Amino acid sequence: MKPYDLSELALRNLRESVLRNSLTTAGISVGVASLVAMLSLGIGLQQLAARRLQKSGLFDTVVVSSRRDMRGFNRDEEHTGPAPAESPALNETARQQIEKIPHVHEAYPDIRFITELRYQEKPHLGMVAGLPFSAKSNDAFDGMQGTFFSSDDAPEAILQKSFAAELLGRQGEPDDNTSVAELAKPLLGQELVMRYAQRTAAPESDRGKGAETMDDALAAAAYSVVSRVQTLRIVGVSDLDPDSMRGTARARVFIPLTLAENLHIMQASDMRDSTPSPTGQPTYATVGVRVDSPKYVPAVEEQVKKLGFNAFSIVDATRSVRQFFAVLDLFLGIFGSLALAVASIGIVNTLVMAILERRREIGIMKAIGASDGDVKKLFFAEAGVMGIFGGAVGVMLGWLIGRVINLGTNVYLKRQHFPPEQIWYVPWWLVGGAIVFALIVSLISGLYPAARAARLDPVQALRYE
Amino acid sequence: MTAAPDNPTAGPSDAVVSENLCRHYPMGETLIRAVDGVSFRIAAGEFTALLGSSGSGKSSLLNLIAGLDRPTSGAVIVHGRNLAQLSREELAQHRLHTVGMVFQSFNLIPSMTLLENVELPLRFAEVDRNKRDVLARQALERVGLALRAAHRPSELSGGEQQRAALARALINQPKLLLADEPTGNLDSRNGAEIMNLIREFNEGLGMTVILVTHERTLAERYAKRLIFLADGKLTGDQGVTGQPAAEVTEQRTGAQR
Repeated sequence: MKPYDLSELALRNLRESVLRNSLTTAGISVGVASLVAMLSLGIGLQQLAARRLQKSGLFDTVVVSSRRDMRGFNRDEEHTGPAPAESPALNETARQQIEKIPHVHEAYPDIRFITELRYQEKPHLGMVAGLPFSAKSNDAFDGMQGTFFSSDDAPEAILQKSFAAELLGRQGEPDDNTSVAELAKPLLGQELVMRYAQRTAAPESDRGKGAETMDDALAAAAYSVVSRVQTLRIVGVSDLDPDSMRGTARARVFIPLTLAENLHIMQASDMRDSTPSPTGQPTYATVGVRVDSPKYVPAVEEQVKKLGFNAFSIVDATRSVRQFFAVLDLFLGIFGSLALAVASIGIVNTLVMAILERRREIGIMKAIGASDGDVKKLFFAEAGVMGIFGGAVGVMLGWLIGRVINLGTNVYLKRQHFPPEQIWYVPWWLVGGAIVFALIVSLISGLYPAARAARLDPVQALRYE
Repeated sequence: MTAAPDNPTAGPSDAVVSENLCRHYPMGETLIRAVDGVSFRIAAGEFTALLGSSGSGKSSLLNLIAGLDRPTSGAVIVHGRNLAQLSREELAQHRLHTVGMVFQSFNLIPSMTLLENVELPLRFAEVDRNKRDVLARQALERVGLALRAAHRPSELSGGEQQRAALARALINQPKLLLADEPTGNLDSRNGAEIMNLIREFNEGLGMTVILVTHERTLAERYAKRLIFLADGKLTGDQGVTGQPAAEVTEQRTGAQR
C-alpha cells in the first residue's frame, strides 16, 4: 500500500474507536509532556548557569601563569610539570615564546594591581587591569555604555558596573536591577585619580658591567619604587563582568594595556622574581593568550604547559559545570521517560484490543488481497499516528507546564527580591526530538501487535463473528 | 508440504486443477479431514457448482482455491500456478489479482462506505487515487448501486450489500470468481438477482465461476457442471444436462477405492 493510503486508512481506523484511541494518545501526550518539562527545566537551569560565562566572550582565551606562583588554577597542576623553583619566569622572553605557538592570535602581558582610586575626592579600592586594544571586539563589552579606549595609551578607564555603582554610593543594590545607562550617565567624562607604585630601574651606573659574580647579578636586578598619580577619564561603563574568569582577582577598572605598561607599575610578581631572575626584564603575573578559535584552546593550553607554565581557560572552568548538568539532564530525562514507558504499554494494549475487535476486518482485508505486510504496516501506521499526535500535543502540554513553572518561580523570586530569571527553556531540537522520540516509542510498541495482526489466519478470522 | 507431482498437468485451457488435494487439521484428539484426496479440473470460462451438505468440505476446498488456506498435501493449480508452492506474499498477490471472492455474510467493512469498500482491493494493488475512484464507481454502476456509493453497508439491504461485495470482487478483473453461498442470507428475489449478476459475469466477461452451495436447485439453474462433495471426498461430477462429464467415471472409481 502507498504511504498516503496507509496513513489515510490508519486515521480512519483510529476515528472508529475515537474514545479509546484518544485516551491512549492522551497517555502518550502526558509522557511526552513530562519528558519535555523535565528536560526543558534542565536545559533552562544549565543556560542560566552558563549565560554569564558564555557572555564573558573569553572562550578563546588561555590565561598563563608562572609555576613560581606556587598555586595553579587547579590542583593537578601542582603535581605535574617542572618543580616551581626550576620553572621559567613569566617575562617578556616567555611572552614572545608563547606568541609563537601555532593558532595563538596574541599573547599580552596581564597587568593587574589593587590600588586606590579617587572619585570626587573620595577614595575607593579596586583591582585595575590593563586591557589590550584587541579586546574592543570582545563580546564581553556588549551592552557597554560610552565608548572603548580612543587609543592604546590614552589615559582613559572603563568601569565595571558594580564599581560604577560603588563610586555613586549605590553599593549593595542588586546589580541586575540597575540599568547601566542610569549608572553611566553621571560618570562618563568624569575624572578618576589613580594612585600607583612605579617601579624604576636603579641607575645604569650602579649595575655591574657583566654578571660575573653572584653579587653583580643581584645588583643588576636592583630597582626603586616611587609613588605616582595618574588621572584617568571615564569613557565607558560595562554591563557584563568581562574579567569574571579571574574569580576573586577580577578587575573592575580597566585601562589601556600600553598605558599600563608605560607606567611601569609595581606588581606583586616583581618582588618574587627579582631574586632568581637577574635579567632586568619585567615579569608578568599572568599572560593572556588569545587563540584564533575556541577549538584550539586545549591544544594551546597543552603547548603552554610544555613550556613549563600553568595554563587555565574558561573551558576548564565550565567542564565540571557541564558535567553536572549532563548528569542532571540524564536523570530528568529518565524520570520524564518513565511516563512515556507507561504510555507505550497503553499503546500495546490498545492495539492488541483492536486486533481482537477487528479480527474479522483483518480477515476480510486478507481475503480480498491484503498481504501480511499490508496488515502489519496498517497497524504500524496506527501506532505511528498515535505517536505523532501524542508527541505534538505532549510538546505543547510540556511547554505549558514549563511556562507555569517559570511563572511560579518568578513570582517566588520577586517575593524574595531577586531579579526574574528564565529557568526553563524549550529549544527547537527538543520539540522535534520529543515528537520523534514519541514516534519511535509508539512504533516499538506497535511491533508486537502488528506482527500478531499480520500472522492472523484469514480462514479463522473470517469465521469469527 | 506437498507430496503431489510438482509438474502440473494443467493445460492452457484449465482454470483450476486439483490433484489429490488434502486439507487435514487437528481438532483436539482427532484429525479432521476437511478435504481428503480430491481431484478434478475446471476449464476456463466454466460455471461450476460445488455441492454438499454442511461439513462436506466444500468451503474448505474453496478456501484452498482462493489461496486463503494451504493444502496439507496434493496440488491445487490455478491458471498454471501451484498454490501449494507459493509464499505467503505470492498467495496474497493471487487473492488480489487472480481471484475475486463473495461470501454468505457479505464481508463488507462496516466502517467504510460502499465506494471505499469497493476500492479497497485497488489500494492494496497500489492503483492511482483518481483511477481508483473511476474504477470503483464503474463497478458500483455495473451492479446498480451508483447512487449508494456514499452509504455505509449497515444502511443497505442484504441484496444491496451482496451486490456491493460482487462489485468489490470484480474490481481487480480476476479470472476466477469464487462464491461461497452468496444467496444464503438473501430472500429468493434478491438471491435470483445476485445469481443473475454472477451468470452475467460468467457469460459476458468469460469469467470462470465456482459456486459453493447446498441448494441443488439453485446450482442446477445456474451452473453448467455440478461437483458433489461429502466428508471431504468427491462423490459426483456431472453436467447439468444430466450427462456425466468426461472424467467423472474415473473420479468416481477413485473415490470408491
